[in-house]
Amino acid sequence: MDSLLALEARGLTLVDGVKVTLLVGLASMALAILFGLVGAWAKLSASRALRVAADTYTTVIRGVPELVLLLLIYYGTPTLVQPIVRSWGFEGFRLDLDPFTSGILTIGFIYGAFATEVLRGAYLAVPRGQLEAAVACGMGRALIFRRILFPQMMRYALPGLGNVWMVLIKATALMSVIGTEELMRKAEIAAGATRMPFTFFVAAAAMFLVITIVSLAVQTRLERWAARGVRQA
Amino acid sequence: MNLQIVLDTLPAFLEGALLTLQITFVSVAIGLVCAVPLAILRVSRNPLIAWPVYGFTFFFRGTPLLVQLFLVYYGAGQFSDSLDAVGLWTFFRDPWFCGVFTLTLNTAAYTVEILRGGIQAVPHGEVEAARAFGMSGTKLYTRIVLPKAGRIALPAYTNEVIFLLQATSLVSLITLMDITGVASRVAARSFAYYELYLTAAVFYLVIVYALQGVFRRLEHRLSGHLRARPDSEGAAAPAAEPAPPTLRG
Repeated sequence: MDSLLALEARGLTLVDGVKVTLLVGLASMALAILFGLVGAWAKLSASRALRVAADTYTTVIRGVPELVLLLLIYYGTPTLVQPIVRSWGFEGFRLDLDPFTSGILTIGFIYGAFATEVLRGAYLAVPRGQLEAAVACGMGRALIFRRILFPQMMRYALPGLGNVWMVLIKATALMSVIGTEELMRKAEIAAGATRMPFTFFVAAAAMFLVITIVSLAVQTRLERWAARGVRQA
Repeated sequence: MNLQIVLDTLPAFLEGALLTLQITFVSVAIGLVCAVPLAILRVSRNPLIAWPVYGFTFFFRGTPLLVQLFLVYYGAGQFSDSLDAVGLWTFFRDPWFCGVFTLTLNTAAYTVEILRGGIQAVPHGEVEAARAFGMSGTKLYTRIVLPKAGRIALPAYTNEVIFLLQATSLVSLITLMDITGVASRVAARSFAYYELYLTAAVFYLVIVYALQGVFRRLEHRLSGHLRARPDSEGAAAPAAEPAPPTLRG
Protein backbone atom coordinates (compact mmCIF):
# COMPACT_ATOMS: atom_id res chain seq x y z
CA MET A 1 0.00 0.00 0.00
CA ASP A 2 2.92 2.31 0.72
CA SER A 3 3.98 1.69 -2.85
CA LEU A 4 0.67 2.92 -4.21
CA LEU A 5 0.75 6.06 -2.07
CA ALA A 6 4.32 6.79 -3.15
CA LEU A 7 3.39 6.24 -6.80
CA GLU A 8 0.41 8.54 -6.44
CA ALA A 9 2.59 11.24 -4.89
CA ARG A 10 5.36 11.00 -7.48
CA GLY A 11 3.56 9.63 -10.51
CA LEU A 12 3.52 13.04 -12.17
CA THR A 13 7.31 13.32 -12.23
CA LEU A 14 7.39 9.98 -14.04
CA VAL A 15 4.90 11.29 -16.58
CA ASP A 16 7.20 14.31 -17.06
CA GLY A 17 9.99 11.82 -17.57
CA VAL A 18 7.99 10.04 -20.28
CA LYS A 19 7.61 13.35 -22.10
CA VAL A 20 11.37 13.96 -21.99
CA THR A 21 12.05 10.37 -23.09
CA LEU A 22 9.73 10.78 -26.08
CA LEU A 23 11.26 14.15 -26.91
CA VAL A 24 14.86 12.93 -26.84
CA GLY A 25 13.76 9.74 -28.61
CA LEU A 26 12.11 11.63 -31.48
CA ALA A 27 15.01 14.09 -31.76
CA SER A 28 17.55 11.24 -31.82
CA MET A 29 15.46 9.36 -34.37
CA ALA A 30 15.29 12.38 -36.66
CA LEU A 31 19.05 12.74 -36.35
CA ALA A 32 19.55 9.01 -36.94
CA ILE A 33 17.53 9.19 -40.17
CA LEU A 34 19.60 12.18 -41.26
CA PHE A 35 22.87 10.34 -40.51
CA GLY A 36 21.36 7.29 -42.18
CA LEU A 37 20.55 9.19 -45.39
CA VAL A 38 24.04 10.66 -45.53
CA GLY A 39 25.60 7.27 -44.68
CA ALA A 40 23.54 5.42 -47.30
CA TRP A 41 24.38 8.07 -49.89
CA ALA A 42 28.09 7.71 -49.05
CA LYS A 43 27.94 3.90 -49.18
CA LEU A 44 26.34 4.00 -52.61
CA SER A 45 28.52 6.78 -53.98
CA ALA A 46 31.10 6.25 -56.70
CA SER A 47 33.85 7.76 -54.56
CA ARG A 48 35.99 5.16 -52.86
CA ALA A 49 36.93 7.49 -50.01
CA LEU A 50 33.28 8.11 -49.15
CA ARG A 51 32.49 4.40 -49.24
CA VAL A 52 35.40 3.57 -46.95
CA ALA A 53 34.40 6.35 -44.54
CA ALA A 54 30.81 5.10 -44.39
CA ASP A 55 31.89 1.49 -43.95
CA THR A 56 34.20 2.49 -41.12
CA TYR A 57 31.38 4.43 -39.47
CA THR A 58 28.93 1.51 -39.50
CA THR A 59 31.55 -1.10 -38.59
CA VAL A 60 32.99 0.78 -35.64
CA ILE A 61 29.67 1.99 -34.23
CA ARG A 62 28.19 -1.48 -34.29
CA GLY A 63 31.13 -3.03 -32.48
CA VAL A 64 31.22 -0.66 -29.49
CA PRO A 65 28.61 -0.58 -26.69
CA GLU A 66 26.31 2.47 -26.62
CA LEU A 67 27.26 3.18 -23.03
CA VAL A 68 30.97 3.46 -23.89
CA LEU A 69 30.25 5.77 -26.84
CA LEU A 70 27.98 7.90 -24.68
CA LEU A 71 30.61 8.27 -21.96
CA LEU A 72 33.33 8.80 -24.57
CA ILE A 73 31.47 11.68 -26.18
CA TYR A 74 30.09 13.26 -23.02
CA TYR A 75 33.22 13.09 -20.84
CA GLY A 76 35.84 12.59 -23.53
CA THR A 77 35.15 15.49 -25.90
CA PRO A 78 35.77 18.29 -23.36
CA THR A 79 38.98 16.68 -22.08
CA LEU A 80 40.17 16.26 -25.66
CA VAL A 81 39.19 19.71 -26.95
CA GLN A 82 39.97 21.92 -23.93
CA PRO A 83 43.76 21.45 -23.80
CA ILE A 84 44.03 21.97 -27.56
CA VAL A 85 42.06 25.21 -27.54
CA ARG A 86 43.89 26.41 -24.43
CA SER A 87 47.23 25.78 -26.12
CA TRP A 88 46.11 28.20 -28.85
CA GLY A 89 46.11 30.95 -26.23
CA PHE A 90 42.53 30.91 -24.91
CA GLU A 91 43.56 30.33 -21.31
CA GLY A 92 40.21 30.09 -19.57
CA PHE A 93 38.46 28.04 -22.26
CA ARG A 94 35.89 25.56 -20.95
CA LEU A 95 33.70 23.28 -23.00
CA ASP A 96 30.61 22.21 -21.12
CA LEU A 97 28.40 19.78 -22.98
CA ASP A 98 24.92 19.64 -21.64
CA PRO A 99 23.70 16.08 -21.10
CA PHE A 100 20.52 16.67 -23.09
CA THR A 101 22.22 17.68 -26.35
CA SER A 102 25.17 15.33 -26.15
CA GLY A 103 22.81 12.46 -25.35
CA ILE A 104 20.67 13.19 -28.39
CA LEU A 105 23.76 13.60 -30.59
CA THR A 106 25.30 10.33 -29.40
CA ILE A 107 22.15 8.22 -29.67
CA GLY A 108 21.38 9.76 -33.08
CA PHE A 109 24.93 9.10 -34.24
CA ILE A 110 24.85 5.47 -33.06
CA TYR A 111 21.48 4.59 -34.55
CA GLY A 112 22.39 6.48 -37.71
CA ALA A 113 24.74 3.57 -38.41
CA PHE A 114 21.83 1.14 -38.26
CA ALA A 115 19.59 3.47 -40.26
CA THR A 116 22.34 3.63 -42.90
CA GLU A 117 21.97 -0.08 -43.60
CA VAL A 118 18.18 0.12 -43.63
CA LEU A 119 18.10 3.06 -46.04
CA ARG A 120 20.79 1.60 -48.28
CA GLY A 121 18.70 -1.55 -48.65
CA ALA A 122 15.59 0.54 -49.29
CA TYR A 123 17.33 2.56 -52.00
CA LEU A 124 18.44 -0.61 -53.75
CA ALA A 125 14.89 -1.97 -53.56
CA VAL A 126 13.44 0.84 -55.68
CA PRO A 127 13.09 -0.51 -59.24
CA ARG A 128 15.81 0.98 -61.51
CA GLY A 129 13.36 1.31 -64.41
CA GLN A 130 11.34 3.89 -62.51
CA LEU A 131 14.40 6.05 -61.97
CA GLU A 132 15.26 5.80 -65.67
CA ALA A 133 11.69 6.68 -66.55
CA ALA A 134 11.90 9.73 -64.29
CA VAL A 135 15.09 10.85 -66.03
CA ALA A 136 13.39 10.26 -69.40
CA CYS A 137 10.53 12.50 -68.26
CA GLY A 138 13.08 15.26 -67.71
CA MET A 139 13.05 15.31 -63.90
CA GLY A 140 16.08 16.73 -62.10
CA ARG A 141 17.88 14.96 -59.30
CA ALA A 142 16.04 16.80 -56.52
CA LEU A 143 12.67 16.18 -58.12
CA ILE A 144 13.43 12.49 -58.63
CA PHE A 145 14.42 12.18 -54.99
CA ARG A 146 11.28 13.96 -53.79
CA ARG A 147 8.73 12.35 -56.09
CA ILE A 148 10.07 8.91 -56.96
CA LEU A 149 12.87 7.79 -54.71
CA PHE A 150 11.97 9.06 -51.24
CA PRO A 151 8.29 7.95 -51.13
CA GLN A 152 9.17 4.44 -52.26
CA MET A 153 12.26 4.18 -50.09
CA MET A 154 10.10 5.01 -47.09
CA ARG A 155 7.81 2.09 -47.88
CA TYR A 156 10.70 -0.34 -48.00
CA ALA A 157 12.49 1.27 -45.07
CA LEU A 158 9.59 1.54 -42.62
CA PRO A 159 9.81 -1.95 -41.09
CA GLY A 160 13.55 -1.51 -40.57
CA LEU A 161 13.25 2.03 -39.26
CA GLY A 162 10.48 0.90 -36.92
CA ASN A 163 12.89 -1.65 -35.55
CA VAL A 164 15.56 1.05 -35.11
CA TRP A 165 13.03 3.19 -33.22
CA MET A 166 12.12 0.35 -30.84
CA VAL A 167 15.75 -0.19 -29.92
CA LEU A 168 16.54 3.52 -29.87
CA ILE A 169 13.77 4.48 -27.46
CA LYS A 170 15.05 1.86 -25.02
CA ALA A 171 18.60 3.13 -25.48
CA THR A 172 17.55 6.61 -24.34
CA ALA A 173 17.39 5.14 -20.82
CA LEU A 174 21.21 5.18 -20.92
CA MET A 175 21.09 8.98 -21.05
CA SER A 176 20.16 8.86 -17.36
CA VAL A 177 23.79 7.88 -16.73
CA ILE A 178 25.00 11.32 -17.84
CA GLY A 179 22.17 13.04 -15.97
CA THR A 180 19.48 13.71 -18.59
CA GLU A 181 16.24 13.92 -16.64
CA GLU A 182 14.28 11.42 -18.69
CA LEU A 183 12.01 8.65 -17.44
CA MET A 184 14.79 6.45 -16.06
CA ARG A 185 16.50 9.33 -14.21
CA LYS A 186 13.16 10.47 -12.74
CA ALA A 187 12.51 6.91 -11.57
CA GLU A 188 15.97 6.79 -9.98
CA ILE A 189 15.37 10.07 -8.14
CA ALA A 190 11.97 8.93 -6.89
CA ALA A 191 13.41 5.54 -5.91
CA GLY A 192 16.15 7.21 -3.90
CA ALA A 193 13.83 9.66 -2.16
CA THR A 194 11.21 7.10 -1.16
CA ARG A 195 13.54 4.12 -0.70
CA MET A 196 11.21 2.13 -2.88
CA PRO A 197 13.40 1.28 -5.86
CA PHE A 198 11.38 -1.76 -6.89
CA THR A 199 8.13 0.20 -7.08
CA PHE A 200 9.53 2.99 -9.22
CA PHE A 201 11.62 0.83 -11.54
CA VAL A 202 8.58 -1.38 -12.15
CA ALA A 203 6.61 1.78 -12.92
CA ALA A 204 9.32 2.92 -15.33
CA ALA A 205 9.36 -0.51 -16.97
CA ALA A 206 5.57 -0.37 -17.35
CA MET A 207 5.80 3.04 -19.01
CA PHE A 208 8.44 1.77 -21.43
CA LEU A 209 6.13 -1.14 -22.24
CA VAL A 210 3.31 1.30 -22.98
CA ILE A 211 5.64 3.26 -25.28
CA THR A 212 6.56 -0.02 -27.04
CA ILE A 213 2.91 -1.04 -27.47
CA VAL A 214 1.89 2.37 -28.82
CA SER A 215 4.92 2.41 -31.14
CA LEU A 216 3.97 -0.99 -32.54
CA ALA A 217 0.44 0.24 -33.25
CA VAL A 218 1.70 3.43 -34.91
CA GLN A 219 4.19 1.45 -36.97
CA THR A 220 1.47 -0.84 -38.31
CA ARG A 221 -0.63 2.15 -39.36
CA LEU A 222 2.34 3.94 -40.92
CA GLU A 223 3.28 0.85 -42.91
CA ARG A 224 -0.28 0.55 -44.18
CA TRP A 225 -0.24 4.24 -45.11
CA ALA A 226 3.10 3.99 -46.91
CA ALA A 227 1.88 0.99 -48.87
CA ARG A 228 -1.37 2.66 -49.90
CA GLY A 229 -0.31 2.72 -53.56
CA VAL A 230 0.47 -1.00 -53.64
CA ARG A 231 -2.13 -3.45 -54.84
CA GLN A 232 -2.50 -6.27 -52.36
CA ALA A 233 -3.17 -9.78 -53.50
CA MET B 1 47.17 12.51 -25.11
CA ASN B 2 48.19 10.70 -21.98
CA LEU B 3 49.49 7.38 -23.28
CA GLN B 4 51.24 6.50 -20.04
CA ILE B 5 47.97 6.18 -18.18
CA VAL B 6 46.61 3.85 -20.86
CA LEU B 7 49.69 1.66 -20.63
CA ASP B 8 49.50 1.64 -16.84
CA THR B 9 45.86 0.61 -16.97
CA LEU B 10 46.32 -2.19 -19.52
CA PRO B 11 46.60 -5.00 -16.90
CA ALA B 12 43.38 -3.79 -15.29
CA PHE B 13 41.76 -3.62 -18.73
CA LEU B 14 42.77 -7.23 -19.42
CA GLU B 15 41.21 -8.30 -16.13
CA GLY B 16 38.12 -6.31 -17.06
CA ALA B 17 38.01 -8.04 -20.43
CA LEU B 18 38.10 -11.40 -18.65
CA LEU B 19 35.16 -10.36 -16.47
CA THR B 20 33.25 -9.12 -19.55
CA LEU B 21 33.85 -12.44 -21.30
CA GLN B 22 32.99 -14.44 -18.20
CA ILE B 23 29.69 -12.63 -17.65
CA THR B 24 28.84 -12.93 -21.35
CA PHE B 25 29.66 -16.63 -21.43
CA VAL B 26 27.76 -17.55 -18.26
CA SER B 27 24.67 -15.54 -19.26
CA VAL B 28 24.64 -16.85 -22.82
CA ALA B 29 25.07 -20.47 -21.70
CA ILE B 30 22.34 -20.42 -19.04
CA GLY B 31 20.14 -18.23 -21.24
CA LEU B 32 20.33 -20.72 -24.10
CA VAL B 33 19.55 -23.66 -21.83
CA CYS B 34 16.44 -21.83 -20.58
CA ALA B 35 15.45 -20.60 -24.04
CA VAL B 36 15.20 -23.95 -25.83
CA PRO B 37 12.34 -25.42 -23.74
CA LEU B 38 10.67 -22.00 -23.56
CA ALA B 39 10.77 -21.68 -27.36
CA ILE B 40 9.07 -25.06 -27.68
CA LEU B 41 6.37 -23.90 -25.26
CA ARG B 42 6.14 -20.61 -27.18
CA VAL B 43 5.08 -22.37 -30.40
CA SER B 44 2.48 -24.45 -28.59
CA ARG B 45 -1.02 -24.18 -30.04
CA ASN B 46 -2.44 -24.06 -26.53
CA PRO B 47 -2.70 -20.34 -25.66
CA LEU B 48 -2.50 -21.12 -21.94
CA ILE B 49 1.04 -22.39 -22.56
CA ALA B 50 2.17 -19.99 -25.30
CA TRP B 51 0.91 -16.73 -23.77
CA PRO B 52 2.83 -16.78 -20.47
CA VAL B 53 6.06 -17.32 -22.44
CA TYR B 54 5.09 -14.51 -24.79
CA GLY B 55 4.46 -12.27 -21.76
CA PHE B 56 7.96 -13.05 -20.48
CA THR B 57 9.62 -12.27 -23.81
CA PHE B 58 7.48 -9.17 -24.31
CA PHE B 59 8.50 -7.71 -20.97
CA PHE B 60 12.21 -8.33 -21.44
CA ARG B 61 12.24 -7.21 -25.06
CA GLY B 62 10.01 -4.20 -24.47
CA THR B 63 11.87 -2.55 -21.59
CA PRO B 64 15.43 -1.21 -21.46
CA LEU B 65 18.08 -3.51 -20.02
CA LEU B 66 19.14 -0.70 -17.69
CA VAL B 67 15.66 -0.66 -16.09
CA GLN B 68 15.75 -4.44 -15.69
CA LEU B 69 19.21 -4.32 -14.15
CA PHE B 70 18.31 -1.61 -11.63
CA LEU B 71 15.01 -3.33 -10.93
CA VAL B 72 16.88 -6.46 -9.87
CA TYR B 73 19.91 -4.88 -8.18
CA TYR B 74 18.34 -1.94 -6.39
CA GLY B 75 14.77 -3.26 -6.40
CA ALA B 76 15.74 -6.37 -4.45
CA GLY B 77 16.76 -4.10 -1.57
CA GLN B 78 13.11 -3.20 -1.04
CA PHE B 79 12.47 -6.83 -0.11
CA SER B 80 15.75 -7.51 1.71
CA ASP B 81 13.95 -8.77 4.81
CA SER B 82 11.78 -11.30 3.02
CA LEU B 83 14.67 -12.32 0.74
CA ASP B 84 16.82 -12.80 3.83
CA ALA B 85 14.13 -14.95 5.39
CA VAL B 86 14.26 -17.41 2.47
CA GLY B 87 18.05 -17.22 2.23
CA LEU B 88 18.23 -15.45 -1.14
CA TRP B 89 19.53 -12.09 0.08
CA THR B 90 23.18 -13.19 -0.17
CA PHE B 91 22.61 -13.61 -3.92
CA PHE B 92 20.67 -10.42 -4.60
CA ARG B 93 23.13 -8.37 -2.56
CA ASP B 94 25.90 -9.42 -4.93
CA PRO B 95 26.27 -7.24 -8.07
CA TRP B 96 27.83 -10.10 -10.06
CA PHE B 97 24.84 -12.32 -9.38
CA CYS B 98 22.34 -9.54 -10.17
CA GLY B 99 24.17 -8.71 -13.39
CA VAL B 100 24.32 -12.31 -14.60
CA PHE B 101 20.75 -12.97 -13.46
CA THR B 102 19.36 -10.00 -15.42
CA LEU B 103 21.47 -10.59 -18.52
CA THR B 104 20.49 -14.27 -18.52
CA LEU B 105 16.77 -13.52 -18.41
CA ASN B 106 17.23 -10.79 -21.02
CA THR B 107 19.12 -12.95 -23.49
CA ALA B 108 16.78 -15.89 -22.83
CA ALA B 109 13.85 -13.69 -23.88
CA TYR B 110 15.51 -12.61 -27.13
CA THR B 111 16.73 -16.15 -27.83
CA VAL B 112 13.23 -17.59 -27.35
CA GLU B 113 11.92 -15.35 -30.12
CA ILE B 114 14.91 -16.14 -32.39
CA LEU B 115 14.40 -19.89 -31.88
CA ARG B 116 10.66 -19.53 -32.39
CA GLY B 117 11.39 -18.04 -35.79
CA GLY B 118 13.72 -20.96 -36.50
CA ILE B 119 11.22 -23.59 -35.39
CA GLN B 120 8.45 -22.04 -37.45
CA ALA B 121 10.74 -21.93 -40.49
CA VAL B 122 11.37 -25.69 -40.44
CA PRO B 123 9.79 -26.98 -43.68
CA HIS B 124 6.51 -28.65 -42.99
CA GLY B 125 7.39 -31.55 -45.28
CA GLU B 126 10.28 -32.57 -43.04
CA VAL B 127 8.02 -32.70 -40.00
CA GLU B 128 5.44 -34.64 -42.00
CA ALA B 129 8.08 -37.11 -43.18
CA ALA B 130 9.27 -37.59 -39.61
CA ARG B 131 5.71 -38.25 -38.49
CA ALA B 132 5.29 -40.74 -41.31
CA PHE B 133 8.30 -42.56 -39.87
CA GLY B 134 6.47 -42.72 -36.58
CA MET B 135 8.43 -40.01 -34.76
CA SER B 136 6.62 -37.76 -32.37
CA GLY B 137 7.18 -35.65 -29.30
CA THR B 138 10.74 -35.64 -27.99
CA LYS B 139 12.20 -37.71 -30.81
CA LEU B 140 10.68 -35.45 -33.47
CA TYR B 141 12.10 -32.38 -31.75
CA THR B 142 15.58 -33.65 -30.90
CA ARG B 143 16.17 -35.33 -34.27
CA ILE B 144 14.40 -33.16 -36.82
CA VAL B 145 13.00 -29.84 -35.61
CA LEU B 146 15.68 -28.54 -33.24
CA PRO B 147 18.76 -29.28 -35.37
CA LYS B 148 17.14 -27.65 -38.39
CA ALA B 149 15.76 -24.72 -36.37
CA GLY B 150 19.17 -24.19 -34.79
CA ARG B 151 20.86 -23.92 -38.15
CA ILE B 152 18.23 -21.51 -39.43
CA ALA B 153 18.48 -19.40 -36.28
CA LEU B 154 22.28 -19.34 -36.03
CA PRO B 155 22.95 -16.06 -37.89
CA ALA B 156 20.37 -14.23 -35.76
CA TYR B 157 21.72 -15.90 -32.65
CA THR B 158 25.27 -14.77 -33.46
CA ASN B 159 23.93 -11.25 -33.50
CA GLU B 160 22.24 -11.80 -30.15
CA VAL B 161 25.45 -13.02 -28.51
CA ILE B 162 27.34 -10.00 -29.82
CA PHE B 163 24.66 -7.65 -28.54
CA LEU B 164 24.73 -9.33 -25.17
CA LEU B 165 28.49 -8.92 -25.04
CA GLN B 166 28.06 -5.20 -25.62
CA ALA B 167 25.16 -5.04 -23.18
CA THR B 168 27.39 -6.39 -20.41
CA SER B 169 28.96 -2.91 -20.32
CA LEU B 170 25.92 -1.90 -18.22
CA VAL B 171 27.15 -3.99 -15.30
CA SER B 172 29.76 -1.28 -14.75
CA LEU B 173 26.86 0.83 -13.47
CA ILE B 174 26.28 -1.62 -10.62
CA THR B 175 29.93 -1.38 -9.49
CA LEU B 176 31.40 -4.33 -11.43
CA MET B 177 34.89 -3.82 -12.87
CA ASP B 178 34.40 -4.98 -16.43
CA ILE B 179 36.08 -3.17 -19.36
CA THR B 180 33.79 -0.15 -19.02
CA GLY B 181 34.03 -0.24 -15.24
CA VAL B 182 37.82 -0.09 -15.34
CA ALA B 183 37.75 2.81 -17.81
CA SER B 184 35.23 4.74 -15.70
CA ARG B 185 37.07 4.25 -12.44
CA VAL B 186 40.51 5.18 -13.69
CA ALA B 187 39.13 8.09 -15.74
CA ALA B 188 37.36 9.57 -12.72
CA ARG B 189 40.67 9.59 -10.87
CA SER B 190 42.98 10.75 -13.66
CA PHE B 191 40.66 12.82 -15.91
CA ALA B 192 42.06 10.90 -18.91
CA TYR B 193 38.52 10.37 -20.13
CA TYR B 194 38.87 10.10 -23.88
CA GLU B 195 42.09 8.06 -23.75
CA LEU B 196 40.54 5.45 -21.46
CA TYR B 197 37.12 5.25 -23.09
CA LEU B 198 38.78 4.96 -26.50
CA THR B 199 40.87 2.09 -25.16
CA ALA B 200 37.71 0.46 -23.83
CA ALA B 201 36.08 0.91 -27.25
CA VAL B 202 39.06 -0.76 -28.95
CA PHE B 203 38.83 -3.69 -26.52
CA TYR B 204 35.16 -4.19 -27.35
CA LEU B 205 35.76 -3.86 -31.09
CA VAL B 206 38.46 -6.53 -31.01
CA ILE B 207 36.38 -8.93 -28.91
CA VAL B 208 33.23 -8.37 -31.00
CA TYR B 209 34.90 -9.06 -34.33
CA ALA B 210 36.91 -12.00 -32.95
CA LEU B 211 33.70 -13.53 -31.61
CA GLN B 212 32.04 -12.96 -34.94
CA GLY B 213 34.87 -14.82 -36.64
CA VAL B 214 34.36 -17.78 -34.30
CA PHE B 215 30.65 -17.88 -35.09
CA ARG B 216 31.31 -17.64 -38.82
CA ARG B 217 33.50 -20.73 -38.62
CA LEU B 218 30.78 -22.52 -36.67
CA GLU B 219 28.21 -21.58 -39.29
CA HIS B 220 30.56 -22.78 -42.02
CA ARG B 221 30.98 -26.14 -40.30
CA LEU B 222 27.28 -26.61 -39.67
CA SER B 223 26.34 -25.92 -43.27
CA GLY B 224 28.93 -28.26 -44.81
CA HIS B 225 26.28 -30.51 -46.30
CA LEU B 226 24.71 -27.58 -48.13
CA ARG B 227 27.84 -26.62 -50.07
CA ALA B 228 29.11 -28.12 -53.28
CA ARG B 229 31.86 -30.65 -52.64
CA PRO B 230 35.29 -29.11 -53.27
CA ASP B 231 36.30 -31.87 -55.71
CA SER B 232 33.07 -31.81 -57.73
CA GLU B 233 32.97 -28.18 -58.87
CA GLY B 234 36.60 -27.22 -58.72
CA ALA B 235 37.26 -24.61 -56.04
CA ALA B 236 34.93 -24.13 -53.07
CA ALA B 237 32.72 -21.07 -52.98
CA PRO B 238 34.53 -17.95 -51.70
CA ALA B 239 34.01 -17.15 -48.04
CA ALA B 240 31.26 -14.63 -47.28
CA GLU B 241 32.21 -11.02 -46.51
CA PRO B 242 32.33 -10.45 -42.75
CA ALA B 243 29.25 -8.40 -41.93
CA PRO B 244 29.04 -6.20 -38.84
CA PRO B 245 26.27 -7.05 -36.39
CA THR B 246 22.83 -5.79 -37.23
CA LEU B 247 20.21 -4.48 -34.87
CA ARG B 248 18.87 -6.60 -32.05
CA GLY B 249 15.17 -6.53 -32.89
